[in-house]
Amino acid sequence: MMTQDKNSNLSTLKNEKLQPQSLAQKLIAKSAGLEQVSVGDIVTCKVDLAMFHDSSGPRRLKPMLESLGAKIWDTSKVVLVLDHYVPAVDAQSTQIVQLTRDVAKQWRLPNVIDSEGICHVVLPERGHLKPGMLCVGGDSHSPTGGAFGAYMFGIGATEMLGVVVTGEIWVQVPKTLCMNWGGTLQKGVSAKDMMLHMIAKLGMNGGDYQAVEFCGQAVQKLNMQERMTLSNMSAELGSQVGLIAPDQVTIEYLKNTRADLSDEWVKEALETWHSDPKSECEVFDFDASTLSPQVAAPHSPANSSPIESYGEERFNVAYIGACTGAKIEDLRAAAQILKGRKVSNSVKLLVAPASAREQRIAQEEGTLQALTEAGATLLSNSCGACAGYGFAFAEHDRVISSTARNFKGRMGPSSVEVFLASPQTVAASALRGELCDPREYLV
Amino acid sequence: MSPSSKVWRLPKDIDTDNLAPGAYMKLPVAQIAKHTLESIRADFAGGVKPGDVIVAGPNFGIGSSREQAAGVLVELGVRAVIAPSFSGLFFRNAFNLGLLLLTCAQAGLINEEETLQIEQQMSDLSSNEASSGTHEGAHDGAHDGAVHTFHIVAPSGLRLECKPIPDFLMQMIDHGGLLNVLKYKYKQN
Repeated sequence: MMTQDKNSNLSTLKNEKLQPQSLAQKLIAKSAGLEQVSVGDIVTCKVDLAMFHDSSGPRRLKPMLESLGAKIWDTSKVVLVLDHYVPAVDAQSTQIVQLTRDVAKQWRLPNVIDSEGICHVVLPERGHLKPGMLCVGGDSHSPTGGAFGAYMFGIGATEMLGVVVTGEIWVQVPKTLCMNWGGTLQKGVSAKDMMLHMIAKLGMNGGDYQAVEFCGQAVQKLNMQERMTLSNMSAELGSQVGLIAPDQVTIEYLKNTRADLSDEWVKEALETWHSDPKSECEVFDFDASTLSPQVAAPHSPANSSPIESYGEERFNVAYIGACTGAKIEDLRAAAQILKGRKVSNSVKLLVAPASAREQRIAQEEGTLQALTEAGATLLSNSCGACAGYGFAFAEHDRVISSTARNFKGRMGPSSVEVFLASPQTVAASALRGELCDPREYLV
Repeated sequence: MSPSSKVWRLPKDIDTDNLAPGAYMKLPVAQIAKHTLESIRADFAGGVKPGDVIVAGPNFGIGSSREQAAGVLVELGVRAVIAPSFSGLFFRNAFNLGLLLLTCAQAGLINEEETLQIEQQMSDLSSNEASSGTHEGAHDGAHDGAVHTFHIVAPSGLRLECKPIPDFLMQMIDHGGLLNVLKYKYKQN
């Protein structure tokens, strides 16, 4: 961002023989204005979209921008989402939210999504993402954008400052780790289970800040919300991005969110945005057919193992929330288990739908009623307990949660114990008051 | 040769909630810093002295994008964090805030309370290649191949090699972070 000469990316030799490129390499090359890139290259990329929220955004950027006397390079490429400190629970969060709204007006930001859902879910929902883009987000779960064939990754607030004043960011071209899932998932087993299994196998930094690409038959069969769960929790693998090559499923989703997709664009996108055969990648093979529901014991997502390996685990809170665990398909999966049943007296079931729009769909189709009639309490469309910035669990709570991280002290006091699982497993466990395999309710 | 630094040993998998707990994220960095590592090492925030170094196990900084996780260490005057591996996101944040991270495969050989020296040298790996235009190893002329090499020297005489750091990242350390680099650039324009 600072030493490079503007034209230097054009220095690739024109007559150099083209090598097969991974999806990650193609996306980076396009954004860097290069024909191709090699693993390990450090290049400067043009940023197509920068997303930040009420915690990482204006309150951190404004003082820095003012000290530079600089302006945002292109406000049409910026999306601001208020999701971490809403609804405000105290004077400090009220102040942060107010400052965020004031700054949004002052900067005349055209894209502001306020208290209508979690950034990683509302960004694609509002049509801001499409294959071929290079995007940054002021949040670690920004790799969610990879589900749409966009090279999207999380950055901190100071790096975001660099992006919003220059429109550029440096990237070291990663290796590709291909998570190849064959077979078909059993009923009651979902993308969250696939992800927890991969994290247990590779470890929380096993992605080594390289590019993960999810592929294989079992991935192709997933709907977009499930694919988003995979890409989202690439963060828990420690990869920079979690990519999925776009296909008809992607295109169908995109056509519902944006009107500008011509047939030619679709054809070209499907032809371009995939890893070339023989491109450099390390393959990890998995079998979806034999995968059980997975549960991560406190205090790390990498503490995951099949549900059969657990003894009795009792809970007093069941939480269905977060970008990785309360999208419309997550709510539907939970409702399938909860419909016509009642949550155990010993458990408080909390549901925080990840987006207001998706919540309305859930309401219209009866999904939401299935949850509330079973005894669920609805919370707001925000990060909630997952971020631990406002609403949090109480001392000694034992929680089964559909969220992404169970670090000690993240979602409440250090005494809180959080087990991570799929929305189905959380729902089944809410019915029993203890850890329960959702397949028992789906026979 | 550098001034010597006292070592704080930490285990593996130190996460961003350990460094900057979510409950305090509403507060300015100076306030969050008082709670740094309180869930696992209660004597750290009150006991660490400017110039001290952290030596940790693998995967330091996993978790959130919150740069306050690096910011609190800058605030407390930590000179460097030495570990066999870091979260990639934390790595970027640290350099953007002027915090030196040294990737050292053998960091486990360093003990608590030892006093270390950090040796630094600059070498230009790419000058020949870059000028001849062959672009071996680095296609992109944008980031020339100049790197800084580091060694950690323990009192026992143990000398440990660290992964080289590209010059453009070391510029951020020298300027005290990306904001200052940008200020410098804006002043020049």
